[in-house]
Amino acid sequence: MSVTRGDHDDSTSRALRRASATARALKGASATVLGLAALGFAATAGANTSNGYNLPVGVTSLSHDLYALHMEVYWVCVAIAVVVFGVMIYALVKFRHSQGAVPDTTLVHSTKVEIIWTIIPVVILVAMAIPAAKVILMMEDTRNSELSIRVTGYQWKWQYQYMDAGEGINFFSTLSRDSNFARQLHSGIDPKTVPDYLLNVDNPMVIPSGTKVRLLLTSQDVIHAWWVPDFGAKRSAVPGFVNELWFKVDSGKEGIYRGQCTSLCGRDHGFMPVVVDVRTPDDFKKWVEQQKAALKQAAAGGAPAQPPRSAQVLSTATN
Amino acid sequence: MSTHAASDTAHHDDHHDQPATGIKRWLFATNHKDIGTMYLVFSLTMFFIGGAMAMLIRAELFQPGLQLMQPEFFNQLTTNHALIMIFGAVMPAFVGLANWMIPLQIGAPDMALPRMNNFSFWILPFAFTLLLSTFLVPGGAAAGGWTLYPPLSLQTGDSFPMLIFAIHMMGISSIMGAINVIVTIMNMRAPGMNLLKMPLFAWSWLITAYLLIAVMPVLAGAVTMLLTDHFFKTSFFNAAGGGDPVMFEHIFWFFGHPEVYIMILPAFGIISEILPTFSRKPLFGATSMIYAIASIAFLSFIVWGHHMFVDGMPVAAQLFYMMSTMLIAVPTGVKVFNWTATMWRGSLTFEPPMLFAIAFLFLFSIGGFSGLMLAIVPADFQYNQTYFVVAHFHYVLVPGAIFGIMAGVYYWLPKWTGHMYNMTLAKAHFWLSAIFVNVLFFPQHFLGLAGMPRRIPDYAVQFTDWNMVSSIGGFAFGLSQILFAIVIVQSIRGGKKATAEVWDGTHPTGLEWTLPSPAPYHSFTTAPDIR
Repeated sequence: MSVTRGDHDDSTSRALRRASATARALKGASATVLGLAALGFAATAGANTSNGYNLPVGVTSLSHDLYALHMEVYWVCVAIAVVVFGVMIYALVKFRHSQGAVPDTTLVHSTKVEIIWTIIPVVILVAMAIPAAKVILMMEDTRNSELSIRVTGYQWKWQYQYMDAGEGINFFSTLSRDSNFARQLHSGIDPKTVPDYLLNVDNPMVIPSGTKVRLLLTSQDVIHAWWVPDFGAKRSAVPGFVNELWFKVDSGKEGIYRGQCTSLCGRDHGFMPVVVDVRTPDDFKKWVEQQKAALKQAAAGGAPAQPPRSAQVLSTATN
Repeated sequence: MSTHAASDTAHHDDHHDQPATGIKRWLFATNHKDIGTMYLVFSLTMFFIGGAMAMLIRAELFQPGLQLMQPEFFNQLTTNHALIMIFGAVMPAFVGLANWMIPLQIGAPDMALPRMNNFSFWILPFAFTLLLSTFLVPGGAAAGGWTLYPPLSLQTGDSFPMLIFAIHMMGISSIMGAINVIVTIMNMRAPGMNLLKMPLFAWSWLITAYLLIAVMPVLAGAVTMLLTDHFFKTSFFNAAGGGDPVMFEHIFWFFGHPEVYIMILPAFGIISEILPTFSRKPLFGATSMIYAIASIAFLSFIVWGHHMFVDGMPVAAQLFYMMSTMLIAVPTGVKVFNWTATMWRGSLTFEPPMLFAIAFLFLFSIGGFSGLMLAIVPADFQYNQTYFVVAHFHYVLVPGAIFGIMAGVYYWLPKWTGHMYNMTLAKAHFWLSAIFVNVLFFPQHFLGLAGMPRRIPDYAVQFTDWNMVSSIGGFAFGLSQILFAIVIVQSIRGGKKATAEVWDGTHPTGLEWTLPSPAPYHSFTTAPDIR
């Protein structure tokens, strides 16, 4: 069995080799092609405003900045890939032994070219790092936040304790019961029949739009992470420590936003979603008053203390 | 200074001319070829075991809802899939290739420390039997991720000490192997082979060996601290006792980041051997390639924080780690450009090693691009702990490290067995692997960007389509690997006789190609003079 097949003269095998060589040449771009062809897949938005194959633009200035940085880096990578893969594919096609290419064994070294292809990437990297550094600094600036909420991760749920105007509001947020039933092994329930499967809770976090909200994250047991893709907001919740993060949902973007725990925390890591109900500042104020009234009643020996329920979520959760 | 073979000629007239027979040959092996073979067989076995776990993972993820297993078992699978692939498949495969090829490439009769070499290998079957047995004890196997973050990893059941002990054993094996490589390369090169004349594979292993010695003890420290926190009431990682879970992350990733370069640098070395051979042209910029490997190795020590950006890292550290991580793209890019320049104005043929090397070039680069995206800290806040990260590291590890290993095996197999192998089957293995590795991992980029976290056994329904595609890719990729085993076994048992040069017409440089195929059991008993 010969190792190189350039010796065969048969026109069929030549044609076959040409075809396979072309296929080989295109193979390099196959991954990118696969990506582009995937546009044919109808992506259903559900958890967030992502189109199913890209980051969501989101509803906070933070998420907009993150999306912009992401797209910048992405296009730089695409441009570099087109050039580099293009050169590779060209070489694979043009310099084939089977097509009679003769190797230029003197082409082994060029200090000039090495310097060029060291300096140019450094320049590109510096150009990418500058806008990124700006966003890093902006993300850290938690000054002048208007509402702070303590978020505590548990195995396997979240606890929200409001501060500032919401002082005293305190409840747990757990996977909704319909999702919880459906996700059991051999439940027999089709996940597609469950609204917002695995992304629904009994008591979502409620916040006002157009307000700088600061979260103080910690954990009661293991490391968790709180994430809402549409806010661009993710931070680890580390037991014994408090992490800070801020975001401000654009006015006019009221609604329900969903995310998940994003740090492996045990058996039900995949089953402790994050749901945020963003309301207008007026509606938020009303909600706060309702919660405080309920707390007062409970403290006065009235109805037993119940976690405050969000009316919107009650309509979908089967509690 | 090289150790001449004078002492070997004295040994020559005793019973060492022929290998021992039966189990003794393997149990008491001191021959680098036998030990290399054992490492490679072991790693192929572990590759299939880790691969079977991956198939189970992809089967559960085929559809939303839980069909096959409880969530805790899923977490055991993801954790052990990684531990087995990293410590049982990729690393031992590279050590096996090092054992076989370094003495041949530098003109040495064997490794410097043959008995320690034997011990390094035989620790591994024990370590992995222990690791796999963790599935059978109450509480099951470790399920907190291969990264073992406390406090979660401290919730591991009865298997916890078995896990820690297994990791210690693997670490000791690696450290001893690395010492052996360094001592061999520094002391036993043939006269005339100065370091800058040494083949790239040997260079890549010299640098990798230093990385191993530097960081495996750090992992040992980290897991020992987990052990004492669990059993002896220390509080290294418990805030209530004055400790810090994030400190574990620092210690672990100080090991973990160089570890991933340990898993790729030898592959870089292999690619640097294969591309010149099948381009019929010397490696472009060989010296600069060596400097690039050294820079990557150095930089790998100062980037570990990029695994921890979302954990509450101060701004100054975020800026520092972002810049140092981005910087690694420079020497890596230099390598990709030099490999391309090697092919440029060459005369290319596409035997299986070359096919795998070319696929490496394209697909490892894709992994590099997603790595660059991950380095941009603010964007990383959206990517971190999602399938985007899973896609990135699988691209650099599977069509990166694993394809590099397969390329090396397909390149040197005839030298080891003396037989050319079934080219058609090998090419079929290549095409199936190259296509389905993309079907398996490329959609995971989309899943991550669309918001799917990692390490979850079940997912929201909008992630269904890409998970299904990825699982199909996974099943096909996994099945295709059976062809690899078949090609290897067939080649051992027979086939067309291979010449010394093996790849006729390519005139490969390197001392290994001056030996007959199969290479004699004792080779270079007299050092070749290549001055």
